[in-house]
Amino acid sequence: MKPVKVLLAAAAALALAGTAAAQEGTLKKIKDTGVVKIGHRDASIPFSYLDDKQRPIGYGVDICLKIVDAIKAELKMPKLKVEFVPVTSQTRIPILTGGNIDIECGSTTNSVERQKQVAFAPTYFMTGTKIIVKKSSKIKGYDDLKGKTVVFTAGTTNERAMKAYNDEKKLGINFIPSKDHAESFLAVETGRAAAFPMDDILLYSLRASAKKPADYVIVGEFLSDDPYGIMMRKGDEAFKKLVDKTVMGLYKSGQINKIYAKWFQSKIPPKNINLGFPMSAALKELIKNPNDKGVEACGKMKC
Amino acid sequence: MDFSVFFQPAFSGGGIYLDWVFSGIKWTLLVSILAWIIAFTVGSVLGVLRTTHPVALRAPATAYVEVFRNIPLLVQMFIWYFVLPEIVPEGLGNWMKGEMPMPEFWNAVLCLGFYTASRVAEQVRSGIQSIPDGQTYAGLAVGLTRAQVYRHVLLPMGYRIIIPPLTSEFLTIFKNSSVALTIGVLELTAQARQISEYTFRTFEVFTVATVVYVLITLAVTVAMRALENRVRVPGYMGSGGK
Repeated sequence: MKPVKVLLAAAAALALAGTAAAQEGTLKKIKDTGVVKIGHRDASIPFSYLDDKQRPIGYGVDICLKIVDAIKAELKMPKLKVEFVPVTSQTRIPILTGGNIDIECGSTTNSVERQKQVAFAPTYFMTGTKIIVKKSSKIKGYDDLKGKTVVFTAGTTNERAMKAYNDEKKLGINFIPSKDHAESFLAVETGRAAAFPMDDILLYSLRASAKKPADYVIVGEFLSDDPYGIMMRKGDEAFKKLVDKTVMGLYKSGQINKIYAKWFQSKIPPKNINLGFPMSAALKELIKNPNDKGVEACGKMKC
Repeated sequence: MDFSVFFQPAFSGGGIYLDWVFSGIKWTLLVSILAWIIAFTVGSVLGVLRTTHPVALRAPATAYVEVFRNIPLLVQMFIWYFVLPEIVPEGLGNWMKGEMPMPEFWNAVLCLGFYTASRVAEQVRSGIQSIPDGQTYAGLAVGLTRAQVYRHVLLPMGYRIIIPPLTSEFLTIFKNSSVALTIGVLELTAQARQISEYTFRTFEVFTVATVVYVLITLAVTVAMRALENRVRVPGYMGSGGK
């Protein structure tokens, strides 16, 4: 029994350490260490991804840098260092709650379930689940996936929405997990999987960076609504207030339109493609009346 | 710590999260044991070949060992899963990607099996080579052929000598099987990650996964110990301390 006890004790100690860091207050932590740690993604184009020099860039990263400016002003620390930490769909929440990053700037859906663990800034993009398939597959919608193989990025809301749909309609889909969006798309590209459910904006950008974009189509009705938000630790009112104020300030001053146009309606690295994705009515409304409301985890199906 | 999470209804597929753990254990055991069968068989043949004299037999075995043990397992997993189907003839490639049953599982078994075979081969070789040449000559002198010397003299002793390192290898294969999650096999580690993703109970979930791995490897250790004692040659090496 002894080794088991030691293990339990170690795990308990870790758990305690995790909560201690979370309770301390992010602003105090940043002040003490002189570093603000930003979590970023590697292939969430154009929100948060790596350019050809492996630097994190994107719409979300730009907004987070504005937040860093606000932190600098608030703490009167103009030389605050910024450290970028890569996260994945699966690691982003534990890394944030564990204290290794202070904010996450990616493509994270604000869901009611995640709100039990973390807090979200006002929604900065509105999207929803669709699927990408090969044009030659003749798949027109979700019901055509009966008995087929579907790849998903582990830890995403799209995984849940697709699985809930599969359970409800009894499609008998064979699911295979993958660790990031690029790898999931590779599975469709190589024919390992027939479809990949993901937020439609990410599918458009994956298609735009594919070898032969014309070979793929994005089909289906929205299976879920996915509002994106910047994540931070829960229960840290002072920090959330500062973040919210900064984001809403961008909305009010109209600066957001410039940032939006830079990433969605101009040529972006690494391949100099223009997504040509005008701002949706839903996002315009959110910019006028910002909120940080979450959505149900299983999309339009029941969990 | 709240272990009641395992009795909560699972998100998808009915049942509770404990069922996911058991399913994970099942796949971990299946991948590991099937891979071990491949590793032991192929590794034994290669190990023996590496101790033979003709270069035509020795060189390919040596090449195999060097290639398979020098490429990281993770990379090999990707090569089997993503690259191989693209370089074989198109018909076969499409079969591997589409129609083949459980492609992730079989890719993982083959990859892990052939990787571990290179390590088993080295141990079999060292076991055989640790036997004094005198025993081979004695065998040949009483009229045994080379094959008979292997069958009746070298292999029975060699395998006994390498039981301790082979035990380590057998344990390693259970732990290495977790690499299969990178190509989508939902074995124990993958299920643990998935449950923690759904329930946010990371510590509880990985504590259980750790305990399960320890139990599996302890069981293997005990079984190999028993085997070692059973086949021990009285008065020969390894029995001195008893």
